[in-house]
Formats: sequence, structure tokens, C-alpha cells
Amino acid sequence: MKRAFPILGVLTAILLIYALYQALIGAPTEQTMGNVQRIFYYHVPSALVGFMLFFVNFGASVLYLIKRNPVADIVALVAAEVGVVFLTVNLVTGPIWARPVWGIWWTWDMRLTSTLVLWLIYVSYLFLRRFSSSGETPALAAALAVLGALCVPFVYFSIWFFRTQHPQPVMGGGGSIDPRMLHVLLLNWLAFACFAFLVCWSRYRLETLQREVDQAHALQSLLDPSGSVR
Amino acid sequence: MSANPYLFAAYAVTWLIHITYISTIVSRYFRLKREITELNRKK
Repeated sequence: MKRAFPILGVLTAILLIYALYQALIGAPTEQTMGNVQRIFYYHVPSALVGFMLFFVNFGASVLYLIKRNPVADIVALVAAEVGVVFLTVNLVTGPIWARPVWGIWWTWDMRLTSTLVLWLIYVSYLFLRRFSSSGETPALAAALAVLGALCVPFVYFSIWFFRTQHPQPVMGGGGSIDPRMLHVLLLNWLAFACFAFLVCWSRYRLETLQREVDQAHALQSLLDPSGSVR
Repeated sequence: MSANPYLFAAYAVTWLIHITYISTIVSRYFRLKREITELNRKK
């Protein structure tokens, strides 16, 4: 397993560089928006990877609520944290695209607002995990994660159900896309999914190590009568 | 492809966010390693 990580890391780096090349040079230029449309190759995959991670968080949280499995708890935490990073990218790149295309950075339409609310739910989840010291924190966080996951389909389908300024979906929706653009979009999605997997793997190892160190500190403080251990 | 400041900004900020997050993971890892060394020394 230790050898697999650097090999996967190199392969993912190559894939990311190739996907970047395709996004900036390989994909055809959109006629109306010009090169600013290329933001789409980072904006959309970031959201999709974020949603995938929130579903992983949901599955792991349900498993934790049923079985109280500590591994499921770590997976839930890691998926939420990395998912928030990807959704942050989505929320930041969206306004950068909107400014030259719409003439405004932000509008309170259903897709944008619901994405921001989803981001706030998962940031709350991470704050709960970070600052609550109650023994029931993982269970409370898992319950919050279930609520967050219920919002994901709402965010995704909001552009079907409501009139919004946001463009229509290019996959399975009313929008259309050049097949070469779709290919680059899927390539970037795959590259970011591999990257997210590796980041989650590193974060999982870190969290496991952190819990082992915390246990060692707790054990040492029990054994040390002077209580000098922090 | 002509340069577009918005396109450059979006791609740059994406990698800035990812690199910042990875840096926090790496710094936490090294802090933990120091803690483990300290724990082993106290044993």
C-alpha cells in the first residue's frame, strides 16, 4: 500500500497536467463567451467531486449511526473536509466566471444560494467536529451529515425546478455541449476525482495517526501521577 | 488561446486553495511526528 501512493500520485499528476492542457488549449473556444468559458472545466468538476464526497460522507455517517464503527467516523470526517475544499473551489470560480459573462459577481438565485447553504452546512459540520468535545460529537455530526446529504440533490436539481440565471445542465438536462468540450469536462472530472481520492487517503492516514497519538497522550496522563503530561 | 485575466484568476485560485489545504495536512503530519518522537522519549 505504501508503494501504491507515490505511483498513484505520479499518475494523477500526469492526468491533471494533461487535463489542464486540454482545458486551456485542446478544447474548442466557445463562440459567445470566448476563453472565459474554460473556467467551466474546473468549476463543474469541482462541484461534482464535492457532491461525490458528500455522498461518501452520508454513507459513512449512516454506517456510523448504525454500527458505531470508528473507521466509518474517520471516513465521514475526511470526505466532508475534502468535499468542503472542492465546493469552496466551485463557489470561488463561479463568481470569477460570472463577472465577465453576467456583469455581476453574485446573484441570489436558487442554484447559487442553495450551493452556499450546502457549503455552510458542511462548514458547520467541520466546526462541530473540531470544537465539540462531547462524547456524542460523532453521532451529532453524523445526524447533521444526513441533513447535508439531503440538500445535495436539491442543489443539483434546483436549475430544473426553478427559473435561475445559472446555465442549464449540460449532462442530462436542457443544455447542450460540443462533444469535444464534454470529453474535456469528463477528463477533468476524472483527474480531480483521482486527486480527491489521494488527498482523502493522506487525510485518512493523518486522522488515524492523530487518534493514536491522542490515545497515547491519554494513556500517559493516566500513568503519570504528577499529571505533567499535557 | 488569448490570455484572459478571469480565466487565469480562476485556475490560479483553484490551485491556491488545493495547495493551501495540502500544506495544512503536511504541517499537521510533521507536528504529529514531533509529538510521536516526544512520546517515545518519555516512555
